Amino acid sequence: MSVKMPLPDSRTLASRPAIIAAMRALVPGEGVIDESAELAAYESDALTAYAQKPLLVVLPQSTAQVSAILRWCNEHGVRVVPRGAGTSLSGGALPVADGILLGLSRLREILEIDYENRTAVVQPGVTNLAVSQAVAERGFYYAPDPSSQIACTIGGNVAENSGGVHCLKYGMTAHNVLGLKLVLMNGEVIELGGKALDAPGYDLLGLAVGSEGLLGVVTEVTLRLLVRPPAAQAVLLGFAQVESAARCVAEVIAHGIIPAGMEMMDRPAIHAAEDFLGIGYPRDVDALLIVEVDGPPQECAHLMELITAIAARNGATTLRVSVDETERLRFWAGRKAAFPAIGRISPDYYCIDGTIPRRCLPQMLTQMAAMSQRHRLRVANVFHAGDGNLHPLILYDANVPGELDRAEDFAAEILRTCVAMGGVLTGEHGVGIEKRDLMGEMFSEIDLAHQERLKSVFDPGMLLNPGKVFPNLHRCAELGRMHVHQGALPFPDLPRF
Amino acid sequence: MTSPTRLEPTTPAALTECIMQAHAASRSLEICGGGSKRSLRLPISADAQLDLRGLRGITNYDPEELVVTAHAGTPLAELEAALAERQQMLAFEPFDHGPLLGAAAGCATLGGIIAANVSGSRRLSLGAARDHILGFAAVSGRGEPLKGGGTVVKNVTGFDLPKLMAGSFGTLAVLASVTMRVLPRPRTEASLIFHGLTDEAANRVMSAALGLPAAVAAAAHVPAPQPRTALRLEGFGPSVDARCQDLARALAHAGTAQVLGPEASAAFWQGVRTHEALPTANHVLWRISVPPASGWQVAPLLAADGVHYLYDWGGALVWAAVPQLWPDATGARIPEVARTLGGHASLVRASPAQRTAHALRMGGAPDTEHARLHARLKAAFDPRGILNPGLDLADGL
Repeated sequence: MSVKMPLPDSRTLASRPAIIAAMRALVPGEGVIDESAELAAYESDALTAYAQKPLLVVLPQSTAQVSAILRWCNEHGVRVVPRGAGTSLSGGALPVADGILLGLSRLREILEIDYENRTAVVQPGVTNLAVSQAVAERGFYYAPDPSSQIACTIGGNVAENSGGVHCLKYGMTAHNVLGLKLVLMNGEVIELGGKALDAPGYDLLGLAVGSEGLLGVVTEVTLRLLVRPPAAQAVLLGFAQVESAARCVAEVIAHGIIPAGMEMMDRPAIHAAEDFLGIGYPRDVDALLIVEVDGPPQECAHLMELITAIAARNGATTLRVSVDETERLRFWAGRKAAFPAIGRISPDYYCIDGTIPRRCLPQMLTQMAAMSQRHRLRVANVFHAGDGNLHPLILYDANVPGELDRAEDFAAEILRTCVAMGGVLTGEHGVGIEKRDLMGEMFSEIDLAHQERLKSVFDPGMLLNPGKVFPNLHRCAELGRMHVHQGALPFPDLPRF
Repeated sequence: MTSPTRLEPTTPAALTECIMQAHAASRSLEICGGGSKRSLRLPISADAQLDLRGLRGITNYDPEELVVTAHAGTPLAELEAALAERQQMLAFEPFDHGPLLGAAAGCATLGGIIAANVSGSRRLSLGAARDHILGFAAVSGRGEPLKGGGTVVKNVTGFDLPKLMAGSFGTLAVLASVTMRVLPRPRTEASLIFHGLTDEAANRVMSAALGLPAAVAAAAHVPAPQPRTALRLEGFGPSVDARCQDLARALAHAGTAQVLGPEASAAFWQGVRTHEALPTANHVLWRISVPPASGWQVAPLLAADGVHYLYDWGGALVWAAVPQLWPDATGARIPEVARTLGGHASLVRASPAQRTAHALRMGGAPDTEHARLHARLKAAFDPRGILNPGLDLADGL
């Protein structure tokens, strides 16, 4: 999957000084970065295998500035790549050499909290967790909880339609965003949705969420707030075989239970987490499930009784219900630390994100084991078991020639298998540059042409976040292999799931 | 006017053929399902009617994976019955517009529900039709077979075309089949009913309830002469019982709540669904969508006699049955009030003449970037304007 990006425009590269001057005029103060050393901080997002310094970085502080920047770039044919916190795992914020990197980090105000209507209006640079923290004292929270929530921003969440372990019950970002202020590439500012539950016309709000920064730049987001459930309880379930764990998951759903979270780890992931944190996960099982329920204590107790009975029927060898909040959080700690735990046992790892019908899981893991042998790379699996979203972690060493290529080939084979099983290329991380060239596995040329026409509706000049999502290389000249980064995680302390 | 040609494809291939030919000849099509919502929009004058009722049937139902795929012409009732057999449901509680619009009951189709984004009382807690559509197969106005989304419950691959299809009233593409997320039916339900509240007090009670950890599934208010404010709780028995008690205690300031058990609760919400409390004869019907806490303000702002209201979605959805004789019954007044409150209004039941007059008075969509995006989007999917010609969604129906 060595990704080729659009060939830089030499005229744009040559006019860099003029572009810098124009941006300085639009964003006074510290808002324009053009020093090479400082630009290096923006050359990658969390898909660190790819890096590219941008032409320059611009950090606007208002919707008016964003509008002026985009209008100017549109008129002068300059490409723009929006960026939030840079935690994308699909290369969604990878810069282009001839483009401005538009950082939204300075737009970080919570503009309004409206408890009567249960909404918050925030700027895109506000972190996901900050929203929940701001409304916690009144018992509210913002439900989508991507694992990078201490760092990732609402603007990035909107761009990627982020999920999290609780989206099985509470939905993805798209289900929890009521309105957007969107700046189009021509500088026009439009309002989509609001505090009412619907809006007339085409669902441009639904289209904008998850559009990976290709349609417009978000400068305000109206979020739906939920009331924090009074209690939560988790159970740790170990199974000798993956098949039994998968059957347990299916029976829980068939019983009419939608847990708040339902996560699975395979043996390599369990061992890595246990070696790292010593939580007390069983080492002698092939699959570990963490099932969480929430609601009033009576509901938690009732559902736990049902779930543990189902688990016992399916041969669970470990069965531990959390007795208090400390233990519940400890059960989660290993799962949430799965990525850094893998990082301890391998110089580099590559996190994949595909979805399959849940019932295909045992078959998928069997096939993955064979792929692992063929590509000569180890793999560990964490899995959002409730919704079929896989996160295989491929272990490799970027310093060993050829290993990154093998990791990418392995990843592509997993994703092709997901699609062949009736699943999809990405459940929550987005297409970005990472899965761009695999889009043809899922969509026909006609399907993709319709999507690309949507892109032209919003951005006829194809200037916004170019080279992402669509494998439109036939319009771009050959660029050759991207420079491969050494694989240092930009956010080593961030839990990843 | 001679009656237009009627096209009745029964397979996706035949549907593609119909639209391909229409596109080639620039012949326009009126897209119809069961016709339950046909009077919801302006009359369409097209060269042919494309009737999708023959393209019906569930093609894949996988209860374990929480997904169902069915052809667009599948009657909603048939689909819901199949789901109910496995104790599952379409969680957004779609409803049949037929009886509300003076058409027959039971004609609503899955395609029509998606095309109009029809969502019932549970929209408040679990989202609208647009939140539950996972994927689709369709034929765009270019006469090309097109698919979007997927058939698994979690997917962010590519633009979210399924959401774009929801509420697009067949103006971009004609749905051949739709994949929906389904959820388990709640084991039981109960409703707390507060009697005798004013609209304002009822709105406040609903807002208060939705700010409590009771996971209220639906909240509606039926005003005078018999004011009833209802909060529906759903789920497993022990949980419903616990939440019912907690909620009644927390809202004791609003009065003593009557508790409706499963049957009485279901009957009450059926009455909300069918607008039992609203008059039909000699009244046009408006649907007004506003921020939830503002619902009660519609009536004082409108200050019109003889209007009957029904509040759903915790106050965010206001149905208004307006006497036809009221001078501004189909005018600009009600949309203005909705806009003042940060929402919008659409005319649901009116005669074709009233609807046409209303559209003329409103003068079409203003020239805004929003309207221009709508026009470009329409042109991208249907460059020759053959699908439901004349239907401009930019400012609502």
